[in-house]
Amino acid sequence: MSLYTLLGALEIGLVFALVALGVLVSFRILRFPDLTVDGSFPLGGAVAATLISLGADPFAATAAAAAAGALAGLATGWLNVKLRIMDLLASILMMIALYSINLRIMGRPNVPLIAEPTVFTVLQPDAVADYVMRPLILAAVVLAAKLALDWFLSTEAGLAMRATGSNPRMARSQGVHTGRMVLAGMALSNALVGLAGALFAQTQGGADISMGVGTIVIGLAAVIVGESILPARRLFLATLAAILGAVVYRFFVALALNSEFVGLQAQDLNLVTAVLVVVALVLPMLRRRLPRRGGR
Amino acid sequence: MLSAQDLHITFNAGTPIETRALRGLSLDIPGGQFVTVIGSNGAGKSTLLNAVSGDLPVDGGRIEIDGEDVTRLPSWRRAGRVARVFQDPMAGTCEDLTIEENMALAQRRGAGRGLGRAVRAAMREGFRERLATLGLGLENRLSDRIGLLSGGQRQAVSLLMAALQPSRILLLDEHTAALDPRTADFVLRLTARIVAEYRLTTMMVTHSMRQALDVGERTVMLHQGRVVLDVSGEERRGLGVADLLAMFERVRGEELADDALLLG
Repeated sequence: MSLYTLLGALEIGLVFALVALGVLVSFRILRFPDLTVDGSFPLGGAVAATLISLGADPFAATAAAAAAGALAGLATGWLNVKLRIMDLLASILMMIALYSINLRIMGRPNVPLIAEPTVFTVLQPDAVADYVMRPLILAAVVLAAKLALDWFLSTEAGLAMRATGSNPRMARSQGVHTGRMVLAGMALSNALVGLAGALFAQTQGGADISMGVGTIVIGLAAVIVGESILPARRLFLATLAAILGAVVYRFFVALALNSEFVGLQAQDLNLVTAVLVVVALVLPMLRRRLPRRGGR
Repeated sequence: MLSAQDLHITFNAGTPIETRALRGLSLDIPGGQFVTVIGSNGAGKSTLLNAVSGDLPVDGGRIEIDGEDVTRLPSWRRAGRVARVFQDPMAGTCEDLTIEENMALAQRRGAGRGLGRAVRAAMREGFRERLATLGLGLENRLSDRIGLLSGGQRQAVSLLMAALQPSRILLLDEHTAALDPRTADFVLRLTARIVAEYRLTTMMVTHSMRQALDVGERTVMLHQGRVVLDVSGEERRGLGVADLLAMFERVRGEELADDALLLG
């Protein structure tokens, strides 16, 4: 595998690290099985690409994409909290609604970004190759998102959000408005995913209506792989694990698809994903079953 | 002060499994009084607590705390006035959070929650001091997940959490029922200490008649969603478990079918 492919894998891995952080908030912290992600990822891409192609500033367009993601998450939360639709179903409804909404936003199935400025071209210095610079910028974004998330989850509001997912009845008896917490958490989660979609569109040369297919599986895969690499109860380690999981996952996918002897091709991506998740889920179990040698 | 007037709650209304859990229950508890509540299964004890805490909306009647009508307020908006310890040690704490995080959550009970740090150093000192009074060594385990604690330890921490914020009402829902006798005794003594120390208006549901007479200053018996017996003062001091049973049978004019009530 060449350095170029490796950096490419790192780049996509870092984009999906943002998705993994979002999924960590919905699935792990709120315990809300949220499939909105499959719609809010392309939503972010669609909003950013459309705005940029209309001449908007790429940073403003990226921020708008995150805000659009937050709105999508808010809508799913609202369906669940206010209309009392089961969480999974609410998110599926939002996911399919977003398919139409994304087509409306783009006006066609894809919006290319070829000559238009992106956050990456604007920040691109002359001295460094773009395929090196992009992962660097993404790493900075992911790190900032991780630190911000760590900070938020350690605040009073963040603690209330964690209690809402862990024991909603107890949270209410402590005066936490759990419904509001679900709304806020879903907005936060999908804002991260929308941001990821916007950055993905800008690294891949445009937004496409089908770019969201399987996002949730990849995000969950990243969280699960991360948890098996770095099993941790502490939050700053859990967010780190999700990021590591996303990067490692993309690395293995690249390895599988680029190794001649394995004989896998691009269309095998989803199969590779499924196998990787199974392995990540089974590994910790096998580790427990094996007799322990030495100290503990 | 807690005042419940003519409370009605019916589960599954209009279906074959309709249950009238509360049927016009009225109860007034003056500020600072410690009331024990007994009754057979299905008498409405837990329903009453859930109605007071706001977990269950009432179909009719009125609930006032310190003269303020809270009947229509959801549980999270009553939290500033009502503290609660559940029967299940798992229910009153968040097992994924640490001891100090659970306590920090309770520290803000009923108050707004902003973007300030949830657990501050000064707060931690206060928690440590309070935990030390338990004599369980928990003051050295502030950053342990509370899920690692035993049921009794968790109930003890729940009680401390209930007293972290000044509240009007303390609701105890058979909070010693899931514990072994020794631990139950410890938690009960802790309860009496905390109630006295913070002068909480307390309602304690219990399955044990012995406990109902030994703890607190007034005993209320529920049957079929109403108060059927209400003793306090001299009258209560002279009572034994057998007397209580006899009084109950006299009041209801029927045999007690539930053995669970006789145990303990």
